Amino acid sequence: MENNENHNSRRDFLKKTGLVTAVALTPPIARSAADKKYDERFAEAIENVSCTIEINGKSQSFKLDPRVTLLDLLRERLALTGTKKGCDYGQCGACTVHVDGVRVNSCLTLAVMTDGKKVTTIEGLADGEQLHPMQAAFIKHDGFQCGYCTPGQIMSAVACVREGHADSDDEIREYMSGNICRCGAYPNIVAAIREAKMGGQTI
Amino acid sequence: MKQFQYMRPSAQQAAIAAIAKDTTAKFIAGGSNLLDLMKRNVMQPERLIDITRLPLKDITENNNILKIGALALNSSVADNPMVVEKYPLLSQALNAGASAQLRNMATVGGNLMQRTRCPYFYDTAMPCNKRNPGSGCGALKGYNRMHAIFGASQHCIAVNPSDMNVALVALDAVVHVAGPKGLRMVPIQDFHRLPGDQPENDTTLHKNELITEVTIPYHPFSHVHYLKIRDRASYAFALVSVAVALQLDGKKIIQARLAMGGVAHKPWRLSAAEQALIGNPVALETFERVAAIAMQGAKGYGDNDFKLELGPKSIVEALRMASGI
Repeated sequence: MENNENHNSRRDFLKKTGLVTAVALTPPIARSAADKKYDERFAEAIENVSCTIEINGKSQSFKLDPRVTLLDLLRERLALTGTKKGCDYGQCGACTVHVDGVRVNSCLTLAVMTDGKKVTTIEGLADGEQLHPMQAAFIKHDGFQCGYCTPGQIMSAVACVREGHADSDDEIREYMSGNICRCGAYPNIVAAIREAKMGGQTI
Repeated sequence: MKQFQYMRPSAQQAAIAAIAKDTTAKFIAGGSNLLDLMKRNVMQPERLIDITRLPLKDITENNNILKIGALALNSSVADNPMVVEKYPLLSQALNAGASAQLRNMATVGGNLMQRTRCPYFYDTAMPCNKRNPGSGCGALKGYNRMHAIFGASQHCIAVNPSDMNVALVALDAVVHVAGPKGLRMVPIQDFHRLPGDQPENDTTLHKNELITEVTIPYHPFSHVHYLKIRDRASYAFALVSVAVALQLDGKKIIQARLAMGGVAHKPWRLSAAEQALIGNPVALETFERVAAIAMQGAKGYGDNDFKLELGPKSIVEALRMASGI
C-alpha cells in the first residue's frame, strides 16, 4: 500500500490538470514532459510529497521534491542557517541535528523521511536568551576558531553526553569523531564537553 | 541527484510487491550510503521505497538465538545490553565503524548491503566494472592501497567496507530474506560474493527480496576482540581488520573463529587458521603459525602490498588482545 502522501500528491495533480490518464504516468514520462517544458507544473505535482515535521517545537507542513535533504530544507526553505553544509556527504558532521532526540547527519537524510518526526537544530537549543550549558561551555573553553563546524559540534556534543558516551576524554574523542574541525580546536572541544558533562546542569 | 519517485509502504508485502514490479527501484532505510552514492550519480534509482516504517527493528533472543530486525540501527545493536554481554564481538565491530551520527542512521540490513568505497567505483569519470560492467577495473593497475589481497579477480579488486559483516561472518550469522515466493535463509558466508566476472553483484540477494532479520546462534566464547587498523584513530575505513572469538579451557583453545575485513570483496573467514588454533595453547608461537596459514594465497597489487605484512601482524595482535597474553 502506498502512503497517503503519494495519494495526496496524485490527487492534487488530478485537481490541477483534470487528466484521468495521469495516474498511469510513470516518473520517467513525467520527467520527459518536464524536460520538454510541456508542463512544468505537471511533473512538480506528481513528484512532490507532503510531509509534516516538527522543527524546534513548531509543527510545519511542506510539499517537497523527495530529493530535498533535511539540511537543504532547514537552510534554504526555513532560513535556519545555523546548521552548516560542510561536505554534504556525511563525512564532516557540520550538518548534525537531532531527529527524535538522536543525532544524525542532515545532509544524508531525506526531508520527506522525517515526516511525523521532531527535529532540533542549533537554533532550538537555547532557552530564549539563556544559552544551553553546552553552548556556554564552548564559549568558556574557546572550543572553536572559525566557528563553521561549531553548530554541528555542539549538537553532537549534547547527544554524546545524553547517550552516556562522555565518561572520559578518550570516550569523548571516539564518540565525537564524526565531527571534523579543520581549525583543530579539538582539545578545547573535549574540555568544553567534559565540563558540560561534569557541571551538574541538565544537558 | 536524478529525480525519483518516493513511496512509503506500511506493510512488508507491499514493499516486496513494489520492488518486484520495478527493477529500477531501491529500498531505502538509513540512506547513509545510498544517498551518498545518489548524490554522486553512482546509483540512480527511479524509485525509492522507504521501508523505515516497517516493524523490523526489534532485537530479541530466544533459545540462545539472537534475532536482530533488519531495520535495527547500528547504534541500537551496538549498545543493546544483551548484545554487549553475550555477543560483544558484534558490539565492538559495530562501534568500530563510521561515526556516532552514521551509526544512528545506518541499519543492520543497510550495513549488509553497503557498497565498496573503492575510489574508482565512486568516480563516474573512471572505469569500474562494478558501477559500469565491461568498462574495466581502474584499480587493478591504478591506485589500489585500500584494495583486496584475497579472492579478487581481473575484473574487480574492491573490498567490502563493513566492520559489522566481519563480526557476523565470525559468528556464523544467518541472513533472513523475504521475496515474492516466501522466506529464505542465507548463511552469511553465502550472502556476500567474490567478484569473479560479475563484480556488479555484491551479494546473492535477489532484486525482489527484502532482508528481514539477521540471526546469530549463541556460543560461549570467553575471549573476543575486534581489531581495526586504519589511517586515523577513529572514523575511517579499515586497511585491515580482524575479528577473533575464542573459547578457552585453561590455556588450551577449544573453539576458535577468525575473520578479516578490508582484504576481500566479502568478509573473509579464515577457516583453515581456525582449525590450526583448536587444540593448541594460547601462545605467541601458535598465533604466528596460524597467521602464516591465514595468509596463504594472499596477493598484493602494488600499493596494497603492505597488507601482506600488516595482515599477519594484525591477526597475531588480535589473537593476543583476545586471549590477554
